[in-house]
Amino acid sequence: MKITYDWLKDHLKTNKSEKILVDKLTDIGLEVESIDDVSSDLDKFLVAKILKAKKHPNADRLKVCNVDIGNKKTCEVVCGAPNAKEGLLTIYAPPGAIIPKNNMKLSVTKIRDVTSYGMLCSEAELNLSNESDGIIELKKNEFDKKVGKKYFQKKNSNLIDLSITPNRPDCLGVRGIARDLAAAGFGKFKIYKQKKIKFRGNKKIKVKISKEKNQGCFAFGSCLINNVKNIESPKWLKDKLISIGQKPISAIVDVTNYIMLDQNRPLHAYDADKIKKGIVIRNSKNGEKFKALNNKEYKLSEGMCVISDGNGVLGLGGIIGGTTTGTEFNTKNVLLESAYFSPRSIRKTSKNLNIDTDAKFRFERGIDPLSIEEGLIKAAELIAEICGGEINKIDIQNISKFKSTEIKFDINSFQKTSGFKISNKVMTKILNDLGFIVKSNRNFLNLKVPSWRPDITQEIDVIEELMRIYGYDKIKLIDPIKDRKTPTLKKSQKLFHFLQRSVAAKGYLEAITWSFTDSRVNDLFKSKNKNIEIVNPISSDLNVLRNSIFSNLIFYLNKNLNRDFKDLSLFEIGPVFYGSNPGEQETVIGGLRSGKVSRLSWIEKERNVDIFDIKKDVFQTLVEAGYEKSKFFVDDKTPDYYHPGKSGRVFLNKGKDKVVAYFGEIHPVIIKKMNIKTESLIGFEIFLDNLKESKKSLKDQKNKFSISDFQKSERDFAFIIDKNFDTQTLIDIIFNTDRELVKDVTIFDVYEGEKIPNGKKSIALNVNIQSLNKPLNEADLEKLNKLIIDNVERKTGAKIRS
Amino acid sequence: MSYLTKIKNEFSEKIKSTTNLSEINQFKLDLFGKEGLVSSEFKKIGSIAESERKKFASDLNLIKDDLNELLNSRIKEIEIKQINIKLEKEKIDVTLPERNFSRGKIHPVSQTIDEISSIFSEIGFNVEEGPDVENEYNNFTALNTPDNHPARDMHDTFYLDVKKEKLLRTHTSPVQIRTMMKGKAPFKIIAPGRTYRSDSDQTHSPMFHQVEGLHIDKNINMGDLKGCLNYFIKEFFEVDKIKMRFRPSHFPFTEPSAEVDIGYEIKDGKIIIGEGDKWLEILGCGMVHPNVLKNVKVDPKKYQGYAFGIGIDRLAMLKYGINDLRSFFECDYRWLNHFGFDPIDVPTNYRGLSR
Repeated sequence: MKITYDWLKDHLKTNKSEKILVDKLTDIGLEVESIDDVSSDLDKFLVAKILKAKKHPNADRLKVCNVDIGNKKTCEVVCGAPNAKEGLLTIYAPPGAIIPKNNMKLSVTKIRDVTSYGMLCSEAELNLSNESDGIIELKKNEFDKKVGKKYFQKKNSNLIDLSITPNRPDCLGVRGIARDLAAAGFGKFKIYKQKKIKFRGNKKIKVKISKEKNQGCFAFGSCLINNVKNIESPKWLKDKLISIGQKPISAIVDVTNYIMLDQNRPLHAYDADKIKKGIVIRNSKNGEKFKALNNKEYKLSEGMCVISDGNGVLGLGGIIGGTTTGTEFNTKNVLLESAYFSPRSIRKTSKNLNIDTDAKFRFERGIDPLSIEEGLIKAAELIAEICGGEINKIDIQNISKFKSTEIKFDINSFQKTSGFKISNKVMTKILNDLGFIVKSNRNFLNLKVPSWRPDITQEIDVIEELMRIYGYDKIKLIDPIKDRKTPTLKKSQKLFHFLQRSVAAKGYLEAITWSFTDSRVNDLFKSKNKNIEIVNPISSDLNVLRNSIFSNLIFYLNKNLNRDFKDLSLFEIGPVFYGSNPGEQETVIGGLRSGKVSRLSWIEKERNVDIFDIKKDVFQTLVEAGYEKSKFFVDDKTPDYYHPGKSGRVFLNKGKDKVVAYFGEIHPVIIKKMNIKTESLIGFEIFLDNLKESKKSLKDQKNKFSISDFQKSERDFAFIIDKNFDTQTLIDIIFNTDRELVKDVTIFDVYEGEKIPNGKKSIALNVNIQSLNKPLNEADLEKLNKLIIDNVERKTGAKIRS
Repeated sequence: MSYLTKIKNEFSEKIKSTTNLSEINQFKLDLFGKEGLVSSEFKKIGSIAESERKKFASDLNLIKDDLNELLNSRIKEIEIKQINIKLEKEKIDVTLPERNFSRGKIHPVSQTIDEISSIFSEIGFNVEEGPDVENEYNNFTALNTPDNHPARDMHDTFYLDVKKEKLLRTHTSPVQIRTMMKGKAPFKIIAPGRTYRSDSDQTHSPMFHQVEGLHIDKNINMGDLKGCLNYFIKEFFEVDKIKMRFRPSHFPFTEPSAEVDIGYEIKDGKIIIGEGDKWLEILGCGMVHPNVLKNVKVDPKKYQGYAFGIGIDRLAMLKYGINDLRSFFECDYRWLNHFGFDPIDVPTNYRGLSR
């Protein structure tokens, strides 16, 4: 909502400064978005006189004018206007001036080899009218002595742009803002007194609001004015509209706009002669069409509130009028409309047709239902004053009567919510100033809510009004108590934070990427999931929710590779989605590593980052989070975006659990499809929701501390075993040979090739043996030794290497 | 000079003049070996006249001790010398670079969330969460924003179905609804998380982060709200005092509603929070609307309280001098490295929020 201080003063008696005004507006919840000094731009436009106009040497249609710009200065201006001639008084814009119509800043330019210093302006270019044929011709008697003077009078009032919250339709009119300011002690509100109007006739156009279900129009006031002469608005009205950035059109339209901006009372003016057989306000039928004043044709669906006549739809009530009955300069008889349309109906229709107008914006928020008559009379009087004509008696049709909201306000409720007290007297004054009718009744105030405040329906709304006007700065600060009754984080949240920092501690940079992604990338990682499409994506490459944590992460990793980084470790922790219903999401940590380990190191051998690097990251993370590595179970069944032979999945326990992690090389086809250039690309995913939360806290998880001081022994074995046999199983068998004595099994060599039969591999391992209860002698060890070999050979078909 | 003295002198000289460990060992053998000079003398003790025996034995022991000591100290000397020579040879250029290490980082948004949680933890809030996909009811209707409410236009919503029933939450406020629906008053929670609006330009990103706060109890009023936010802002920016301004505003789910500005100034191109006469809007808040409480079956006659919503990304930008919101989600390695935090740097109350 744009206002000026000058306009506010129409309703407010005050002499405070603009700075105080701006602070006060903000204090009462009418936030000042910006303050624009519009006048300075217009200061540059000067009254000027063409001294000579000769033909442009290189262009038939252009003229080179010698222009008197006052203060004994002249300059050359190239001008294309046919009416540019010697002696003409017009408006000159110097280089540096900004043309209001297109916001172009002028500079000194050469036009067909002749230098032009500035421009002579048409009315259209200055937003004074639509007249664009030729430059402005100023009247000689009025402007002859003003050559060199500013054309636009310096305005003292800056343009103040307010952000009005949707609950305050009354402040979409300057008068409403003034009322609020006055209530808050900023000036005195000038109460408008309706003069008695003498109607000159009883002519009217018949109006009927059809009684049907969901009728969006509750009341429709109209006033016929005969024999007007629609002209340009007088200067005061034009200036007023221009001062807040509106374009004057014609007196009739300008008056309706002015009343709307001043009092938040939207009006519509029809050319009465174009209306056929009276007006009916009804619900539209499916397929009805009409051409709106924005020159677009709309096809209506059923149940939209339309104003119609014998020929069809004239306009969408409260949203936009139609071209067929619009007023023009030759309009003789005007029908003014002042109606009440329900916000719900307005919103539904405008959303459906995607129309946004000033009227719609206001009706949608709720117009004062009791302003119909006042608006009609004010507008009619102004039109008659400017355009002449006879005002006929006002006609108001309605299908329901407005009833004021009444609230029984408990005085104590104010302190209960605000934390501080104000006296009944202050309360009553504030509410009176805002337009409430207040009757005091012991601990209660019986309130009648002003008709322009549809937002106030219950006690809490009144409390807000009192606090807002009295001042939020009066709220006393109560320091919080440092007391905690429930733990800050739940187990799952602690796990989230722990894993996040644990992965980062392994050298990964944390990234945060969108929850949505490009379906073309997502397709590569979605496995068996279906695309979850966003109906209205912000762009086609962010059109689905991600099914995998990799969809975006790999895209951004590639971006960094293209920035010439090579050895990258990136991770993200966040949601991935498997359905479009709330809750069909899970939390995943995904990590990616690319390139090499120890690139260009003087001391270490350089190698590609590989699956066992990332397996380590996964295992270490899980172990740090408190899961027992000896129980982990790994197999090779992984989603199709991993290399089928170089990837694995992890369970916390063999057999009975959900997958807690995948790790492995990204499938080479994907790397190729995404055109990723790196020596190696490995990824992992950990599924937080599949990680069992231990019921015990860490302090209870620790086993009894028992250590053995008996001699440790080590034995090395080498088995020749089927190439495809899992090392994991082999290790399990050895552990299970004697759970008590076998403390650790370490693989120190895996070998295929020379001396090993085809289809076999050699695995060399070291077994760590120790007893808790007794020292082991050679015989004990020998016995275990034999047991291990027997067990392994029997269960795996392996042979001990001699 | 007795024979013994002669041996002593002779060997003392020899021991002192050698630098060779094996020579020393040879001397040791020569003296104390089975047939060694000193050993042989000991064997003679029995054959010496009784009157002289005692003196002989005592002299001999003395010489033996002296020589032994000399030998041992000499061995030590030589050993040290040899080690020193070895060390000298082993000397390397310690200014050569260490083995590679890579340092991981925590994203500033995550760090900021942890800071926020840590602060609110102190005054008894616990952390709640909700899904990113919400139904229209939780995101709007239950929050007193019915379908025909113009306030819906202020949220450019991403929808997942044509009927507009499923959407990406436009704020963290639906967590209020979920929390109150499933629990019993009192409530004292914060809910950080991802939020979405279909808006993208220099200062808007289609995804951003908010933290919701909710405190419902029997006697919670606007003064508590002011106190809580004042505490939070002071703690978060780690300053002794702040300038804070409550400005009336409107949100359908709170009433009275306020937007909160903090005072700041720009010094040498850096933003200083808590000083100066410029205002910066950082959050919206208010008393939870009775209609919202009714919607979640909390009796507004018994319970009341406040709620607030803060933009996390914006807080992080202010605190850590980050200029561009969109850079948060562009994953530029250099940016992540520059603005990220060490994973060990967990914000805590006892150690302080930031280093």
